[in-house]
Amino acid sequence: MTQSNTSDTDQIDRIIAAHSALEGPLLPILHALQDAFGHVPVTAHAPICDALNISKAELHGVISFYHDFRDTPAGRHVVKICRAEACQAMGGAALAESVLAKLGLDWHGTTANGAVTIEPVYCLGLCACAPAAMVDNRVVGRVNATKLDKLLAEVGA
Amino acid sequence: MKIYVPMDSAAKALGAEEIVAALRAAAPYAQIIRTGSRGMIWLEPLVEVEIDGIRHGFGPAEPEDVAGILNGTSAKALGPVESLDWMKRQTRLTFARVGVIDPLSLADYEAHGGLVGLRRALNMTGQQIVDEVKTSGLRGRGGAGFPTGIKWQTVHDADGPQKYIVCNADEGDSGTFADRMVMEGDPFTLIEGMAIAGLGVGATRGYVYLRSEYPDAIKVMRRAVELARAAGVLGCDVLGSGRTFDMEIRVGAGAYVCGEETSLLNSLEGKRGVVRSKPPLPALEGFLGRPTVVNNVISLATVPVIFERGAQVYADFGLGRSRGTVTLQIAGNVARGGLFETAFGISLDEVVNELGGGTATGRPVKAVQVGGPLGSYLPVSKFAAKLGYEELDSEGGLLGHAGLVVFDDRTDMLGMARFAMEFCAVESCGKCTPCRIGAVRGVETIDRIAQGDVDAVPLLTDLCATMKDGSLCALGGFTPLPVMSALTHFPDDFARAKEAAE
Repeated sequence: MTQSNTSDTDQIDRIIAAHSALEGPLLPILHALQDAFGHVPVTAHAPICDALNISKAELHGVISFYHDFRDTPAGRHVVKICRAEACQAMGGAALAESVLAKLGLDWHGTTANGAVTIEPVYCLGLCACAPAAMVDNRVVGRVNATKLDKLLAEVGA
Repeated sequence: MKIYVPMDSAAKALGAEEIVAALRAAAPYAQIIRTGSRGMIWLEPLVEVEIDGIRHGFGPAEPEDVAGILNGTSAKALGPVESLDWMKRQTRLTFARVGVIDPLSLADYEAHGGLVGLRRALNMTGQQIVDEVKTSGLRGRGGAGFPTGIKWQTVHDADGPQKYIVCNADEGDSGTFADRMVMEGDPFTLIEGMAIAGLGVGATRGYVYLRSEYPDAIKVMRRAVELARAAGVLGCDVLGSGRTFDMEIRVGAGAYVCGEETSLLNSLEGKRGVVRSKPPLPALEGFLGRPTVVNNVISLATVPVIFERGAQVYADFGLGRSRGTVTLQIAGNVARGGLFETAFGISLDEVVNELGGGTATGRPVKAVQVGGPLGSYLPVSKFAAKLGYEELDSEGGLLGHAGLVVFDDRTDMLGMARFAMEFCAVESCGKCTPCRIGAVRGVETIDRIAQGDVDAVPLLTDLCATMKDGSLCALGGFTPLPVMSALTHFPDDFARAKEAAE
């Protein structure tokens, strides 16, 4: 346990150091941390503040402003369903509601087995093949209930 | 045998990877070239097979069509792609190479006119470059339509130890995907456009602020920047000229408001994406307080063709004060959705009914939302409107980034108005009260109308006026557009609940 904590600390330090020379390094650091840990670990807060000379309040302000950053890990897979107008025009809202109802979740919820988190997204740029969804980083167009059920089953929901 | 399959994310979303796998299995010796999308999204995945130097299309392809595509018997055969009506009717300037070339081949890019503009710009002074853009009549394609040349002039004339070119690739508006398509399908054109902008205004550094919802575009752009740097297009000796320009791709973090330029700059600096008051203009005090050009992807990606063909050639297209081409994105409930580049001035009716072929569901069209979530819902009675900045404005609409979302007759416009307010409440940066509080009150007021409370209608109208006049940026300022246009053009949808209550 101690060992893994040390290696986490090392990794956090390495990530911060790798980006701190950039102009405007904070978002790249937060993205890199989230890529590595699945969330922005609270243990990274103090070293970030030290490296960038910002206050804890400023850092909290930034992390909480953006929809992407999490303070706890998501499920093993993240399924994003588009809620925006073009997808609504093709029945996206009803589709999303039925998925949430079936899984017994609200937006941002994670299935009890920890497999899948369902997130809303406002536009994936797939508006000519709506409704659209994204499973981790894989985009899917013209989603219907059958297609979505299959995708959810594949990721273990 | 040469086979072209798009790697555009819309094509991938419709199964392009499965097609490639099936093609590889069935024809291991065929050369498969990945391209961007031609923009005919209803035909994706669109496979193209080169026969006697002419590319023949097959689509929408499914894995079981592969055998027929390879032996020429497929029922999905469309004939030569360039001869399809959709392609022939376009004026493809910004999108000339998209769907044609391998996006990550600099050799392909150069073979199709790439870098000609940059080479020309390298022999011009900064002022000459700015003047060329002014002559072209190019206006910001992100939505505001501000003359690009004037913006560049301001940055050109400003003093600063460091100037920046920032590309706004935070294409968050529903119904828009032109930025994504050009970044995935012809990334070097954006890089070249930014380099020309840098030479014009005296900026040596550039950033593309690209939204995190576009993982494919991020991957392609990052790779393209590496390739351009390795080939000396970027760096401290641009094409051997001794001039410097380099750039980086930065990823957003899911905040819609960061598409607003000042909020984008704050985000790029690592702050909350809160809107800044103007003045000072970003052109004078932008990224890190320094003179900064902030332009949309399509604006910058159009710069190379202006320098390649000459500003006047570009300016000769268009209508009134809207010069050049507009990259229409036809989306939502539409039979033939996709990207269509044409001179400004085409009518809404032609776009929706002729090009788009009406709704995908086959039902009557009820409304078209033009210009994203902050654009008006236009009823069929407004379909004679011509697509140009001023022309649409005079119809109470907003051209914005030229996305058009089609809705059929089953759409509840009260619900769409409510969604506009809800979206504004979720995405408001919180800096100004009319937007932060107004959007929440807007949802509540529309809910009252939905329950049959007629007194809430004037309240909503008043609230919209306050948001429009009092908000700092377009999010709060334009959310009233979809709301009020829905209320004005579709009053029945707002009265239905009242009838039920009585």
